[in-house]
Amino acid sequence: MDTSFAPEDLAFRDEVRAFFAEAYDADLQARLNNLETFKDAVIDWQKRLYKQGWIAPGWPKEYGGTGWNATQKFIFETERSAAGIRDVIPFGLNMVGPVIYAFGNEEQKERFLPGILQSDDWWCQGYSEPGAGSDLASLKTRAVREGDEYVVTGAKIWTSYAQYADWIFCLVRTSSEGKKQNGISFLLIDMNSPGIKVNPIVSIDNHHSLNEVEFNDVRVPVANLIGEQDKGWTYAKALLAHERTAIAGVADSKRSLAETRAFAEREVNGGKSLLSDPLFQKRLSDIEIELMALEFTELRVLATVAAGGAPGAESSMLKIKGTEMQQAVQELRMDVAAYYQGVLPNDLTAEQLGHDFGSQARQTYMYGRASTIYGGSNEVQKNIIAKAVLGL
Amino acid sequence: MNFEFTEEQGMLRDSVARFVQDSYDFDTRCKIAATDEAMSRENWQTFAELGWLSVPFAESHGGFGGGPVDTMVMMEEFGKGIVLEPYLATVLLFGGLLQRGGSVEQQAEIIPRIIEGGCQGAFAYLERQSRHQLADIKTTATVEGDQLVLNGEKVVVFNGASADQLIVAARSSGEQSDEAGITLVLVPADAAGVERTAYRLMDGQVVANITFSNVQVPVADIVGELDNGYAVMGPVITQANVALAAEALGIMGQLNAKTLEYTKTRKQFDVAIGSFQALQHRMVDTFMAYEQVKSLLYRAVCELDGAGDDAAACVHALQVLVDRNGRKIFGEAIQLHGGMGITDELDIGHYAKRLMMINTTFGNGDYHQAKFNELRYSA
Repeated sequence: MDTSFAPEDLAFRDEVRAFFAEAYDADLQARLNNLETFKDAVIDWQKRLYKQGWIAPGWPKEYGGTGWNATQKFIFETERSAAGIRDVIPFGLNMVGPVIYAFGNEEQKERFLPGILQSDDWWCQGYSEPGAGSDLASLKTRAVREGDEYVVTGAKIWTSYAQYADWIFCLVRTSSEGKKQNGISFLLIDMNSPGIKVNPIVSIDNHHSLNEVEFNDVRVPVANLIGEQDKGWTYAKALLAHERTAIAGVADSKRSLAETRAFAEREVNGGKSLLSDPLFQKRLSDIEIELMALEFTELRVLATVAAGGAPGAESSMLKIKGTEMQQAVQELRMDVAAYYQGVLPNDLTAEQLGHDFGSQARQTYMYGRASTIYGGSNEVQKNIIAKAVLGL
Repeated sequence: MNFEFTEEQGMLRDSVARFVQDSYDFDTRCKIAATDEAMSRENWQTFAELGWLSVPFAESHGGFGGGPVDTMVMMEEFGKGIVLEPYLATVLLFGGLLQRGGSVEQQAEIIPRIIEGGCQGAFAYLERQSRHQLADIKTTATVEGDQLVLNGEKVVVFNGASADQLIVAARSSGEQSDEAGITLVLVPADAAGVERTAYRLMDGQVVANITFSNVQVPVADIVGELDNGYAVMGPVITQANVALAAEALGIMGQLNAKTLEYTKTRKQFDVAIGSFQALQHRMVDTFMAYEQVKSLLYRAVCELDGAGDDAAACVHALQVLVDRNGRKIFGEAIQLHGGMGITDELDIGHYAKRLMMINTTFGNGDYHQAKFNELRYSA
């Protein structure tokens, strides 16, 4: 057992660090933090990663991946988080991309993978429906075959960034025969197709990233079907395990906890730093200790994957613990902000308000409530572990 | 980066696992617990023959030269069988102190005897008032010519009743809780002025309170340097903490496995109770609690093994998690076994009681969390 870094790993770390320091510049950061320029800035950043060859560490090398081992992937993630850089938008790179290279035909790979890698196509995910949440397989959006086309009717919901998207990957019902998992197909749909309507949903953080997407007799070429008709559930399931591992966000939580600690250090209570308060210290270390463990749980899963195993039910554990930790850090930061957690700054500056992190803490905390719900709610993850690991 | 065991470590683990499987079922353990010493001398000889008693010692003394990983794999398997034989007291504590601070003569004389199974040892550190403060020592050690004179009392000495040799932590200078001024000294258990009162703990082991009345030992029997004993015992206790965490992990794994098995067979309302979602989710929680302890144990062992600079904080963090998650796991194990869970007849309670003793040995979770916070958050 050995978790120390070899000299070549350390050299790799320096290389990654140097790249982030240069490429993730102040101008880019400012544009990412401005809603008006957010979309273009994301694409700009992802193109920089693409140019460097580092846009898709999780992909096989033949499709544009990096060919890194588990240690290198871990270093890359850790350095990204430590530099305060948000992860790539996952829908193309972490979700539909792997489905296309694993289950798509040659033509689909040629047609879609370059747009995903180069961030020329913005993808969104059409899984949940108004009537199908954690019970995803009960989805009702219909796709009826007419000649060389499917005619799609129904609605998807909680679709992040649908307002920006060029494409949506959808689970649609192509058959009502047999088990409900059996009649589902995986379709790629052009968001510019006639009959698609995007309705914004303002979330609890007062922002608009979520949407409902309506499909009214939308015509989709049969060439956009992934794999076989009625087999989409199999492809979707493979993707979900991948998604859950990514959701854990251990490195990001570590970074976020370190920031929260720094905020606490300069907050004053009764003339003393909040960080010196033993009760606050206890809350901080409750989280830090769990995170120290979770970091190694993640490494153990990575090591299993690197040895040829698949992230199975362990990914459910990472999802549960990872999101619990995210929320614990978010909650702690709200308490550090005290009154300022409630401030809606609008156009006022931090100088005018007298505070600089309350609003951000609130937004992260509020939107963070979603993490234990999306990707299959944590309760559903527990059902998965009970069945797959415990054999119940 | 890898989480694999070497072939030797795998063999060591398998060898202990086989012993526990074949020769240490719960009935056997109960019989051993009921004996005067609460251990089997015959088993101890088997441990010696299988080479287990040599694991942490240097090869120059006939040891195996093992590290924290080797100790971990053994202790986890001991935990699965709640093995009573005093591996911690004799090998890891008494032997560990000699290995770390003993003179060449002391090592050459005693370590081979430990390895061949001919010497039982104990580390007498705790006093009535000490609680979790290792340096809170009132027992005095006074130099008189070439003799050291000991006066005072030690309590809850693990293996204290069976030990042939003791290492006593005594105050030779400084104030009551100072880390400086503590001296470790070898004392034969039958020395004049040593009096032992044996009693049992809830986890089955026999311990002793030991009084020292003008006990005279040669200055040459000091382990390490006069006044500087804390520097020897500190690291040994850190390693023992990790070993105890490994034992705890073995226990937690057994508690979870036995509970899971029970809920699959126990029927109520005409179905196996494991089919109830309320219970399933609780067992998922205890499964995750176990995995988290395992991860942090691996982390601490890697830090210790590689002499990482975060080893101290890691070990404190580990003890916090062992305490918290251990309580959760044995609590759920008892609850899910229903009425049977609170009987003496079932092994569940015995695993729980050993876990509780582990959690209070060398500091409970609160103690370690305070230490962790001090390391991490004080300016």
